[in-house]
Amino acid sequence: MTAEALPAPRAAARPLSRIFAGAAGPVAVVVLALLAVWYVAAVLANWSLVAEAFARGGIPATFGDVLAGTLGGERPVLPAPHQILAELWKTVVDTPVTSRRSLVLHGWVTLSSTLLGFAIGALTGIVLAVAIVHLRMLEKSLMPWIISSQTVPILAIAPIIIVVLGSIGIRGVLPKSIISAYLCFFPVTIGMVKGLTSPDVLQRDLMRTYSASVADTLWKLRLPASVPYLFASLKVAVAISLVGAIVAELPTGAQAGLGARLLAGSYYGQTIQIWAALFAAAILAAALVAVVGMVERLVLRAMGARR
Amino acid sequence: MRIEGSAGTGGMAATSNGVQVIDIAGLTLTFDTADGPVYALSNVDLTISEGEFVSFIGPSGCGKTTLLRVIADLERPTGGHIRVNGVSPEEARLRRDYGYVFQSPALYPWRTIEKNVMLPLEIFGLPKAERRERARTFLELVNLKGFERKFPWQLSGGMQQRASIARALSFDPRLLLMDEPFGALDEIVRDHLNEQLLRLWGKTGKTVLFVTHSIPEAVFLSTKIVVMSPRPGRIIDVIDCDLPRERTLDIRETPAFLAIAHRVRDGLRAGHSYED
Ligand SMILES: Nc1ncnc2c1ncn2[C@@H]1O[C@H](COP(=O)(O)OP(=O)(O)OP(=O)(O)O)[C@@H](O)[C@H]1O
Ligand SMILES: [Mg+2]
Repeated sequence: MTAEALPAPRAAARPLSRIFAGAAGPVAVVVLALLAVWYVAAVLANWSLVAEAFARGGIPATFGDVLAGTLGGERPVLPAPHQILAELWKTVVDTPVTSRRSLVLHGWVTLSSTLLGFAIGALTGIVLAVAIVHLRMLEKSLMPWIISSQTVPILAIAPIIIVVLGSIGIRGVLPKSIISAYLCFFPVTIGMVKGLTSPDVLQRDLMRTYSASVADTLWKLRLPASVPYLFASLKVAVAISLVGAIVAELPTGAQAGLGARLLAGSYYGQTIQIWAALFAAAILAAALVAVVGMVERLVLRAMGARR
Repeated sequence: MRIEGSAGTGGMAATSNGVQVIDIAGLTLTFDTADGPVYALSNVDLTISEGEFVSFIGPSGCGKTTLLRVIADLERPTGGHIRVNGVSPEEARLRRDYGYVFQSPALYPWRTIEKNVMLPLEIFGLPKAERRERARTFLELVNLKGFERKFPWQLSGGMQQRASIARALSFDPRLLLMDEPFGALDEIVRDHLNEQLLRLWGKTGKTVLFVTHSIPEAVFLSTKIVVMSPRPGRIIDVIDCDLPRERTLDIRETPAFLAIAHRVRDGLRAGHSYED
């Protein structure tokens, strides 16, 4: 490599090298430790099952045979990490997305109701917060209902919502989204009430000297001031709405979606399938939170946040 | 160049009828705090006519800000009589009779400097081109040309305060309430802005209420100086400042100027000794 060619790749590599220098070491140690613990746990959890199977078959088994069995069984009590990865690879990469066995297909089904639910929930949360901030009486009359709505176990009302909506002809993605919205509006409401009331006396006095209307004060002061609070809430809300969408798939006997995969897996004792679906859900949640975080950075930068 | 027709005619008509811009009698304001009442203003009498430049000077905590806030309808007096342009402070505020420069800049951090200056203009519904034009004019007036697209945190405290002055001037109010607008500025910039303000006042005939801690600044700018004293906040002297209206900074060395400055200083001293 020539001297002139050096700067460009180095400039590109610098952020990466910084990440590795900063966090990679500790992160790698933690991941390795978790993997080690997991393998030990898998061996212990599956041992008796595998040993019994050998005994039942009357096959004399060495320690090594049983050990291999605990890490390679078809329906282990606790699958080993490499089994889950293999299953993920098989159902994500090797299976066409149109297939019923494709995790991409199931992930998309859940994602679509998550996104719709998130949109409905976030919008509801914002509207509720605006109403609460502007009508003092609402805070007293509405807040207890909002809070108690979150104390009801979602598993208990999910079937009710689905049945009621189904009876008036609403099926498909919407009922699932509504359950997901039901869970995720709450942090948005709480965060936005705090954000909308965050402007200080001086900022509000300024609006008063202009005798600004309530609408002007909302659009030009309260809403811009609440944006950082909004994004903090949205990050929580988007993860919750994924949980809501998955939970909504359980009581409906949904044919597709990560929830349906979980359910089918547990019917047939397909533990590897269950774990793969769980991992897919976790990866999806992390990706959603990351996307919200990215939008947050862009928006706050446009609003003059310090870098 | 009025924005609200009603506001302009209201103010002007009132004055031509001989009504004062500010008419205060027996004004009292007591804050009820956890540690008992704070007598911020006590028995204040004051009248100010159209076109006057009135400075308020007095020790920290004597109620200067409070008095301005009462006039602006940001604080409600506990007693006495007050009229602004012949109506109650609330009515005057609702018809946007005044522009207020707060003691601290109070810029909105998510708006650029230019957008901050345009905030009142947006609220008053001016067309976009005119908002731009006015923001440009008044940012230039306070020497902030080139900083239009910066965010407040990218400016020094003094620059932020100048932006807030541009914001108050941008909608051309007939009455300006300015609470220590130049407190955070260095001497040279301060001199420059004093001259700019004086020129603007001479050209537009606005009524200005101006809080300051600087005796030379008060004498240089004012037609009238109100000396206040604390606990309870009250007016102890009103000094007419009858220097010619066209003033340059050299006037500060003339005997007439020094005589008035001397009288203000005596007034402040008297207010202080009152306390002991
Ligand atoms: N909201 C409030 N609640 C209680 N007391 C207050 C309030 N605002 C002001 N005060 C009190 O009223 C008095 C006058 O305050 P004010 O802010 O008017 O003083 P000031 O003359 O503007 O002082 P400075 O020159 O330091 O700005 C002070 O003693 C202050 O403690
Ligand atoms: Mg003050």
